[in-house]
Amino acid sequence: MARKATATKAKTQPNVPQFTQEQELEAFREMLLIRRFEEKAGQMYGMGLIGGFCHLYIGQEAVVTGITMASEKGKDAQITGYRDHGHMLVMGLDPKGVMAELTGRQGGLSKGKGGSMHMFSNEHRFYGGNGIVGAQASLGTGLAFASKYTGDGSVSITYFGDGAANQGQVYESFNMAKLWNLPVVYIIENNKYAMGTSTERSSATTDFSMRGASFNIPGEQVDGMDVRMVYDAAQRAIEHARSGKGPYILEMLTYRYRGHSMSDPAKYRSKDEVTKYRQERDPIEQVRTRLIEGGSITEEELKKIETDIRAVVTEAADFATNDPEPDASELWTDITIKA
Amino acid sequence: MPQILMPALSPTMEEGKLAKWVVKVGDQVKSGDVLAEIETDKATMEVESVDEGTVTEILVEEGTEGVKVNAPIAVVLAEGESASEAAAPVAETAPEPAEAPVAAAEKAADTAPAAAVPAAPKFEPQADPDLPEGVEMVEMTVRQALNEAMAEELRRDKDVFIMGEEVAEYQGAYKITQGLLQEFGKERVIDTPITEHGFAGLAVGAAFAGLKPVVEFMTWNFAMQAIDQIINSAAKQLYMSGGQVKAPMVFRGPNGAAARVGAQHSQDYSAWYSHVPGLTVIAPYSAADAKGLLKAAIRSPNPVVFLENEVLYGSTGLVPQVDDFVLPIGKARIARKGADVTVVSFSMGMRYATQATEKLVAAGVDVELIDLRTLRPLDSDTVIESVKKTGRLVTVEEGWPQGGIGAELAARVMEEAFDYLDAPVTRVTGKDVPMPYAANLEKLALPNVDEVIAAVNAVTYRS
Repeated sequence: MARKATATKAKTQPNVPQFTQEQELEAFREMLLIRRFEEKAGQMYGMGLIGGFCHLYIGQEAVVTGITMASEKGKDAQITGYRDHGHMLVMGLDPKGVMAELTGRQGGLSKGKGGSMHMFSNEHRFYGGNGIVGAQASLGTGLAFASKYTGDGSVSITYFGDGAANQGQVYESFNMAKLWNLPVVYIIENNKYAMGTSTERSSATTDFSMRGASFNIPGEQVDGMDVRMVYDAAQRAIEHARSGKGPYILEMLTYRYRGHSMSDPAKYRSKDEVTKYRQERDPIEQVRTRLIEGGSITEEELKKIETDIRAVVTEAADFATNDPEPDASELWTDITIKA
Repeated sequence: MPQILMPALSPTMEEGKLAKWVVKVGDQVKSGDVLAEIETDKATMEVESVDEGTVTEILVEEGTEGVKVNAPIAVVLAEGESASEAAAPVAETAPEPAEAPVAAAEKAADTAPAAAVPAAPKFEPQADPDLPEGVEMVEMTVRQALNEAMAEELRRDKDVFIMGEEVAEYQGAYKITQGLLQEFGKERVIDTPITEHGFAGLAVGAAFAGLKPVVEFMTWNFAMQAIDQIINSAAKQLYMSGGQVKAPMVFRGPNGAAARVGAQHSQDYSAWYSHVPGLTVIAPYSAADAKGLLKAAIRSPNPVVFLENEVLYGSTGLVPQVDDFVLPIGKARIARKGADVTVVSFSMGMRYATQATEKLVAAGVDVELIDLRTLRPLDSDTVIESVKKTGRLVTVEEGWPQGGIGAELAARVMEEAFDYLDAPVTRVTGKDVPMPYAANLEKLALPNVDEVIAAVNAVTYRS
């Protein structure tokens, strides 16, 4: 008889955790900022203001919002792949700097030298923004290694997608993370498609929360469209990692509404599927409905929040449109540090 | 923003088909609502509304082909916006689609002369430090020199740690880390699983967070599993982050051919890594250089590729016994001054070059022998100054000829000292074949002393 895997699959809480009104409003603001920012980025891409690749986070907002709410801002490190705009906004990076990086201007977070997939902030402990699928799994494990080495008590929150989950270095990282009990929470953002390939067509097993089982890393599948479920699971996972018990895997069942990037054939999934998610599972609408039905917030008050967020996004877009391109001399800077 | 413009699906798209309108005049729309579907030959896209408002005009009928990017396709008025405001930019007098500022600027840039490329900054290497008079010189192996360098830097800086396969309990596959576990403990001298891609990436992440990892690859052949992390993550990080995130770390281990280990274990990566901006690449020959440069590499704020050589680990040399012997990165060493011909090499190539030089000098050829020591930044100034004096250059390396270090030196000398050359630059390299196993074939594949002598004779017209 085959030996039973020692990792048990933790069960998603049967009872949905409740948010305070303050938490609901925080989640609403953060998710709406991402949504509006990304819609604007999509529009600016269409106008030719943003070049190259542009991967929008629309639909997945609850994931990064719930996790960041459960983390210690400024202390815990976060790292992700190329779909990174939402992570930066929620971590508190300046929307103007993010948008100006998308347009390749001198006021961009990387002075216009990184682009959509390459933005960072030592101050906020955001380590990218990584364009090579799966590379962030090892890098994020290294952030956790540094935490353990220095004893600073931080947790590395390392995001990757269902596509990256099939990369070899993810398992090399799982192995070392558990071997050395590093404080890392792996967030697998399963949005069902790696570019245009569904998980069913790419993966021998599609329950990604169990991908750490052979390393004895606990995992949970979480409704990634409900920010309360995300937050609740993230609290558990982060506490596990911070208390020295080692890595933890959270598979977020989520969905992206837009194409993989701006140029997408939209032939690999049905319109009905997209519409169903948008109409029935939308993470922002869920919070809006709860807030209104709770009765303590009026439509007018939510409208005011929306207006404020729109102003932030408009300001970011205006800045990113009018800020000059980097000076030509920047071509040769930041290649190496003069010792 | 009352006008809805025809979007581009990619930077190269110029026009597309407006396949379908999902809304009609009079419809209320809000952010994220799909307005229309557009198509190109490779993709389709839904045009979403970014603002709230009412669709007051549809300017391009569905089914229209060849709609230019950024042409207005509809008007959506927000509450309080007037139709005249919206219509103005699409008046008959301006039939050309309004262009976004950057798209227009890019088009202008296509026809305008390209902006001048600013001159690259010049790297100015420092000279080797002066040694105190009467300094004691101790004979030691390259292995001992490397071991001392790491031990001293581990003592000096608690952020420095060593990781790799068999570096701790086994005492190093080639004994370079011998004794380090005993002195510094398992928190700082870390045995890894056989997982080059993973631990290289892990070390880069640790460096992002402020540590100074020294990553030992059992040999550089295995580091090909990790080359993505070395180049895409470590080397490019500073630039991509606009100078924010550093990767102060060293990747080290034996490089090049050992003996009789076949093609997969006998490759010289000098030219590969020297190609990459953002990396520092060091390939020492002598014991003193091994020690002084490894210490410098560990202290460098940049990612350093440190290429050792298994055959040289046991060779001995004199190392000055000073408190803190650190050599400058990026400075070649003139191993012998001469006037007739310049011979340039590094690492194992220096062994062939040195032995050839001894024989040539005995035969009356005044060879100037240069050990590059660092391959990036490459100290071509020292080489060019020498060639201006001798008029002749022979390069020696174990790596393959195409795109090699010798090829690079030949190009630089041609660019900067063409008029000084009295003979073609000549390369002595490994043969352009995978390394064979058979003893006789392996010998043929590697460069040798006779080939260096023949090359020198050829460029000095003595043959």
